[in-house]
Amino acid sequence: MSKKGKVKITHPERCKGCEICVMYCPTDVLVVKKGQITITDIDNCVGCYNCELSCPDFVLEVVENNER
Amino acid sequence: MGYKIDEYLRQDKLPHIWCPGCGHGTIMGNLIRGIDKANLDPDKTVVVSGIGCSGRASGYMNFDTLHTTHGRAIAFATGIKLANPKLNVIVITGDGDGAAIGGNHLIHGARRNIDLTVVLMNNHIYGMTSGQFSPMTPTGDNATTTPYGNIDQNFDLAGLTKASGASFIARGTAYNTRQLIEIFAEGLLHTGFSFIEAISQCPVNYGRRNGLSSAVDMLKCQRDSSVNIRKWDSLSEEEKKGKFPTGVLYKEDKREYTEMYQEIIDSVQEEAK
Repeated sequence: MSKKGKVKITHPERCKGCEICVMYCPTDVLVVKKGQITITDIDNCVGCYNCELSCPDFVLEVVENNER
Repeated sequence: MGYKIDEYLRQDKLPHIWCPGCGHGTIMGNLIRGIDKANLDPDKTVVVSGIGCSGRASGYMNFDTLHTTHGRAIAFATGIKLANPKLNVIVITGDGDGAAIGGNHLIHGARRNIDLTVVLMNNHIYGMTSGQFSPMTPTGDNATTTPYGNIDQNFDLAGLTKASGASFIARGTAYNTRQLIEIFAEGLLHTGFSFIEAISQCPVNYGRRNGLSSAVDMLKCQRDSSVNIRKWDSLSEEEKKGKFPTGVLYKEDKREYTEMYQEIIDSVQEEAK
């Protein structure tokens, strides 16, 4: 598991608001607002990749540097 | 980690048509990660699918792909593999496509032990046509065509393919993504008929009629009812009730069909000289 990696919403237009990533996130970084996924506090992201691997719509990606 | 999944997807075809929370997207994504992990050459990899929600997958994957008629994906894939045995041929099918109308092709593909990797996305329902019961709908569950509960038994596909002669049999769930990637990579590298049942969730046309209307609830159900094969044998019969094993369930080294076919071609050509 990369300690540097942080989640990034690379394709927000594909999100269908299913909340699967929200269930997997161990630190509650991801929240669905008005049917769209949003990041609350990126500093809490541990880069576990759970969201990237589980997203059925290829919306999220863990990248090395996400300043958001 | 760090799979470059976008390179393997046809970006102009996305977003896909699968419903919010459908497990097919997760399974397709992790199949792509499995292909990446197995280090298959994308130019020598062919994806064949049939009809139904699962059949859409071939349209989204950036390989040489073929979207075939209902239930016939394994038959088309057999033709592709025989014509060019160097190709990695992957079949994506569903429980309606692969276990019902294409059930006979599944049995005979396994019987030949031809080198295909068959991924059966099992969402327990005919989702695309609004939720008729399939051979994988559990007994007692509701569908549009079983409003009083399904009285049919469902198939044990792992047992069926094992009895038919498949040499690699595995089962994974959309919930356990890391296990799924490992299973796909191992199945893709296996020479012979690899059958992988991937349990998917259909919140819209199956879950909604059976008390599980959200994808999250259905995934938690997968988590609670799946047991790794390494632990499975230590469970009592009572503990096994309502649960199913996941992981690589069966594997053996066995002669593969196209190799045997090539030997016949070679020997006949030698005789003709």
